[in-house]
Amino acid sequence: MSERFRPIGGRLLTPHFYFLGLLLLIAAWFIAKRFIFGIGAVSNLSDGFPWGIWITYDVVTGTAIACGGYAMALMVYVFNRGQFHPMIRAALLTSVFGYTLAGASIIVDVGRWWQLYNVFLPQYMNLNSVMLEVALCVTLYTVVLWIEFSPTILEAMQAKRWLRNLRHFLFIAIGLGILLPTMHQSSLGSLLIIAGDKVHPLWQTNIIPLLFLLTAITMGYAIVVFESLYASVNLRRPLETPLLSKISAVIPWLLIVYLVLRIGESVISGDILFLFRGGSEPLLFMLEVALFVYVIRNLRDEKQRVRPTVLFWTSLAVLLGGALYRFDAFMIAFDPGPGWHYFPAVGEMMITIGIVAFEIMAYLFFVKMTPVMMVGLGESGSAVGLSGASSGKRPTATASDRLSGQTRGEGGFPPRAVTSA
Amino acid sequence: MKTTGEWLEKEIGPRISDQLDIGGIDRRSFIKFAASMTVAMGLPVGMSGRVMAAIEEESARPAVIWLHFQECTGCTESLLRSTHPTLETLILDMVSLDYSETLLAGAGHQAEAALHESMERNDGRFILVVEGSVPTADNGNFCKVAGQTPQQMLHKIAPHAVAAIAIGSCASWGGVQSAAPNPTGAVGLAKALEIEGITKTDGSALPVINLPGCPASPYNFLSTVLYYLTLKQLPALDAKGRPQFAYGRLIHENCERRPHYDAGRFAQEYGDEGHRKGYCLYKLGCKGPETFANCPAIEFGDVGGNTWPVGIGHPCFGCSEQGVGFHKALHEQADVTSVTPPSMFPGIFAEHGGGISAGSAALAGAVAGGATVYALGAYDKLRRAEKAEATEASQQD
Amino acid sequence: MSIDRRNFLKGLAVGAVSLGAGSVMGPAVARPAKELAPGAVGILYDATQCIGCKACEVACKEVNDLPPVENPALGQAYGVEGVWDAGDDLNSRTMNKIKAYPGLQAVEASRADAVLAEPTVGGPKADAVSFVKRACMHCVDPDCVSACPVSALTKNPITGIVQYNPDACIGCRYCQVACPFNIPKFEFDKTFPKIVKCQMCTDLVEAGGIPACCEACPTGASLFGPVAELREEGHRRLAAEPGSRIEYPIHSLDRDDTKVATVAQYTPRIYGETETGGTQYMLMADVPFEELGLPKLSDQSRARLSETIQHTLYDGMVAPALLLGGLVFAAYRNTRDERARADNEMGDEPDAGASTAKAKQPKAQAQSKEGRRL
Repeated sequence: MSERFRPIGGRLLTPHFYFLGLLLLIAAWFIAKRFIFGIGAVSNLSDGFPWGIWITYDVVTGTAIACGGYAMALMVYVFNRGQFHPMIRAALLTSVFGYTLAGASIIVDVGRWWQLYNVFLPQYMNLNSVMLEVALCVTLYTVVLWIEFSPTILEAMQAKRWLRNLRHFLFIAIGLGILLPTMHQSSLGSLLIIAGDKVHPLWQTNIIPLLFLLTAITMGYAIVVFESLYASVNLRRPLETPLLSKISAVIPWLLIVYLVLRIGESVISGDILFLFRGGSEPLLFMLEVALFVYVIRNLRDEKQRVRPTVLFWTSLAVLLGGALYRFDAFMIAFDPGPGWHYFPAVGEMMITIGIVAFEIMAYLFFVKMTPVMMVGLGESGSAVGLSGASSGKRPTATASDRLSGQTRGEGGFPPRAVTSA
Repeated sequence: MKTTGEWLEKEIGPRISDQLDIGGIDRRSFIKFAASMTVAMGLPVGMSGRVMAAIEEESARPAVIWLHFQECTGCTESLLRSTHPTLETLILDMVSLDYSETLLAGAGHQAEAALHESMERNDGRFILVVEGSVPTADNGNFCKVAGQTPQQMLHKIAPHAVAAIAIGSCASWGGVQSAAPNPTGAVGLAKALEIEGITKTDGSALPVINLPGCPASPYNFLSTVLYYLTLKQLPALDAKGRPQFAYGRLIHENCERRPHYDAGRFAQEYGDEGHRKGYCLYKLGCKGPETFANCPAIEFGDVGGNTWPVGIGHPCFGCSEQGVGFHKALHEQADVTSVTPPSMFPGIFAEHGGGISAGSAALAGAVAGGATVYALGAYDKLRRAEKAEATEASQQD
Repeated sequence: MSIDRRNFLKGLAVGAVSLGAGSVMGPAVARPAKELAPGAVGILYDATQCIGCKACEVACKEVNDLPPVENPALGQAYGVEGVWDAGDDLNSRTMNKIKAYPGLQAVEASRADAVLAEPTVGGPKADAVSFVKRACMHCVDPDCVSACPVSALTKNPITGIVQYNPDACIGCRYCQVACPFNIPKFEFDKTFPKIVKCQMCTDLVEAGGIPACCEACPTGASLFGPVAELREEGHRRLAAEPGSRIEYPIHSLDRDDTKVATVAQYTPRIYGETETGGTQYMLMADVPFEELGLPKLSDQSRARLSETIQHTLYDGMVAPALLLGGLVFAAYRNTRDERARADNEMGDEPDAGASTAKAKQPKAQAQSKEGRRL
């Protein structure tokens, strides 16, 4: 009985929650407009740029950010690092909403949404289509994620029998929950292969599925770290520095493999020469590499790796770098030819912002109302990870405890429960 | 080019204004005529006073020597048979037609004497009008007037002229006689002068104005002469020596059937529905798209009521265009050398919207700014936590 | 830390091998290139014969019942609404568009000199003027057909025409991303939108007719016929002496309608003979094809590459099935504790009850216990 997940409680309807709700309402208005007057009424999407921020952010980047559950499952269940188990529910939570809302935004994005079920009809399936693979995989994975996450909800509902039965078959869901993201996160990259010369040569490569997969896993670990720090800063959760530090230790290796593959491939193919051509693309490429190099440098250093601020900036840099990679490949370094321009319209961005706002609202709701977070991480040393993780270091509990009093100067849960969205 | 009017100064005949009554023309009609000719020349309407003055000016009657080579006299005939004969007569009176094989009252030696007399009297001042092509094969023996080939006549006369007008397609570039197989080796006036090496007496080139057409539109001839009289210089010519005011645009550009062309409506064969409805005649072989002339604007034959070839349902034959009329078959499709109006054709790469707007930029900026502020805030809290931790650690140590 | 690293590199290697295999093995087992359909029909567009009359545009709009395009600027200037040829590009109401190279300014500038220029003999000139007709290329190996997840775009097995089925389409617009010619257009302005693209007047062709654009073209610039014969016809033109006059068929290869015209100095190949694996709509011109907005493309379609990579990874779903087996086994082994605990919790009511009790009153109990808070 070492682990216990608990709702962290606290007032849900804070001013920030209302602000997020307002954003959601604005998005709802634009979504209504989109469904009544068509996609063009709210977006800058065009025949040259048929995919904009909805696909690039909500689906491609959003699901990569939502790879926390996948990445942690990989670590906990495949590599049997049980000490990370406390983080798995929070990671699953971001995943389940990342994917569910990616699915929801697909309905907003596709033109003939009322026929979306055609994807599941055998007579229509085109097995040559990368998109079909992505669509089926993402749908199935979203279901799997809900199954994986359902113990949390069942616990909150105290549906014990269900819970027990579920636990016995959960390993199948877990297996699927690792296979499916491996498939579709790589396929999200493969989507671009057929676009050919429209994608800038610095991004267009035959190993793009591998590159997308690697960055997705890396972003998964980064979001787990980032989310934990977010909870510490905004939800008054204890800092989980030792655990985060261990997770972060994986990141540089993934990034090194990624950079070696990406740069190596472009050297072999000669596409690296495009770095010396004009335009903004070489700069963007350098920026991506720079962000990852920054992360590698800091996280390879064991002294740096234990500092929460370093963890914060590096996790942010991984997320930014991975997001930039996807934005570049799908939008910025995507060039359908002369005369075409794209920058997301206000309505388009508001819909995406609304979806993100909803994601945060749902996160807050579940964290506060259902047993997502692990309790007792620091207080008794009973949490699996901590005793080992401290690695000779004195538990940080007291320091943080005192600190929280200093920085906050206010007690109780609700007042600043959510400082910002 | 000798454009001064010195040669015009000689008293040649009675004032034109005095002849109006004799010709049965009232003043009002004359003013109207002058105004319309001004416009035909491409001059501002305000200049019609000057045109009128030029017509009325008695001293403005240049001597004209009119030679006929290999031709059908159709140009002369159409000039005479225009529907405003009185005016045309006047214009002929306006110039001193000292020699014309068709119109001269005299004949034989008498006519030749008139020619010589005029050349002597107007040496370097008369206008040479040539109708018909010059045969270059067999030393030009195909055509002789008074025992002389066109070449011999040109050698004798052309150097003394001030300028030459080649009226009709034959004189311009050989016309029907030059069509394959061209047994007489027919060429136009300009080409003949070049072959024979004929220049003015002072060695400068003799300016040649081409007025192609089969026959040439009489109005273009009249306008050219009037232009000369009014402005005392030759009109602006295009690269083929044609006055730009008359030959500056393709028939295709001003054609009344052009909207059908632009809308892709074509008569497929004579008498079909499209033909009856007045569709474009391009597919039947209309040469409008490669023929420069003002027929659609001034029509032809002076009858009015849309009487010109395309107007009455026949494709343009391209009579006034070098290498088209008499060289291409009637039904053959024209090469569209120029396209108008160009504004209706998009470029290869069209510009599309979808770029950044102030609103979207502001929103993107707000999101980025908000995220940055948030990140810095979070960083600040973490930094303080980190520092406190470090302090505590050192205290414990 | 070292454990993590080692383990991770190990796991990574497995993933990399299984994924990388696709890209490495790809070329060796590449999906064969698609062949021309047995009854493949197409259009040969000869820009040197095009007179820019837009008859094809009008006919296309009529036959396909496409509404006019609004042009606010023209409307304001001339009071016209819905000008059929006012769109400046292919769009969701225009499947067929005549464009002019080098664009309108240059055409205007060159107009005065047009007659002075010799007939187009002597190779592409800097001041060359040309039209180009843009429409669906009906690729032999279409990227859009490969991309479409729901087979809304299909290639007719006999005629090779790329057809669209709105009943299948979900409107994901992947075809637009995939098409190297930016041909499929989407009705962004409609509540219930469709993809719009040339389908080579399938109905007319199947009824023995020819596409409306070829029927309307007065000069034979758009010529319909079987693809193989059209290629022959194209090569006949390429082989002819520039400046000589040869016969050009009009409308369709199997009709008697012909004309005689001067052979231009062609760019010495047929665009679409090899591009992206060949196209059934082919073009000829006397200016370089890139100037006409026709992209330089490889002889192999991107669809072939994409499918090769994808099918290598997912060949018979063997690799994913094996991977799934391993993963499920690992998960089974590593969740033994959890399953045991689940059983325990059922038997051990008080403990479970305590846990939920705690969950219900986090302030009282959890707060006092959770010390480390920021």
